[in-house]
Amino acid sequence: MQFETWLDVIEMGGHGLYVWSSFGLTVLVIALNVIVPLNAHKKIRVSLQKKFQRENNS
Amino acid sequence: MVKKQIMPKWFYQMASPKWCYQISGKLLPIFSISALLLLVAGVIWGLLFAPQDYQQGNSFRIIYIHVPSAILAQSIYLTMAIAGGIGIIWKMKIADMVAYACAPIGASMAFIALLTGAIWGKPTWGSWWVWDARLTSMLILLFLYFGVIAMYSAMEKPENAARSVAILSLVGLVNIPIIKYSVDWWNTLHQPATFTLTEKPAMPVEMWLPLLVMVIGFYCFFASAMLLRLRNEILVREKRTSWVKQLVSES
Repeated sequence: MQFETWLDVIEMGGHGLYVWSSFGLTVLVIALNVIVPLNAHKKIRVSLQKKFQRENNS
Repeated sequence: MVKKQIMPKWFYQMASPKWCYQISGKLLPIFSISALLLLVAGVIWGLLFAPQDYQQGNSFRIIYIHVPSAILAQSIYLTMAIAGGIGIIWKMKIADMVAYACAPIGASMAFIALLTGAIWGKPTWGSWWVWDARLTSMLILLFLYFGVIAMYSAMEKPENAARSVAILSLVGLVNIPIIKYSVDWWNTLHQPATFTLTEKPAMPVEMWLPLLVMVIGFYCFFASAMLLRLRNEILVREKRTSWVKQLVSES
């Protein structure tokens, strides 16, 4: 490892704020790109199920 | 008259939404697990184990997301434009859906590339932003993505915008070589490409190997996110077909 202590990892020789904010925001954007379609998938399935049930009943 | 098949069989199979939905369900776990493993490994490697840059210190570690996201933003654009072109030429519905699925992911990648570039620029150049050829052409790429997304949302159904979006993305392709060569054609603060196909990387192996892992991880992430969106879009657009009815009522 390039760092002696975990505090060094956080500080990154004075660049900690830049490095960690970059990585943090990237993780956020990537997570959103997975969570949003997964949620949409559930919603689509539920709404289609309801629609098909209505059609069967009528 | 029997229509002559001029393309290989898989090309026609790909045009079947049902077949695409099934095959993408099998590919999805492969891509998403690879993406997770590669990205976790690459981030730990890049943040903790790669040596720091002798000039830039630890701020250089931003390269491990900046370069992959910038590469992806361009590759996704290319994918979107080609898919749109195929959609126009062969009237292939799946190709239109792929283009539709690409747009928000590509915009996210262009956004990350610009954001991390700005955050990296501050300690390195002393400025968040300069109106430099590389940065400006990348900003134009983000705006092209915004234009595509706006065109889709202007229509009641995204399939009605497919043609105009495809034309916009094909015209916007001219921006891709401009991004690529901007660091050679104009004087710039931006450093030249880290990876090229023809030359050895300009950095030691301990630095570029984690970068390569991150680039492949980002590609796998794109494949996963694109397939997720594509599958949703297939369900919505094919909701009148019997296979979707069967699939949904079985679950």
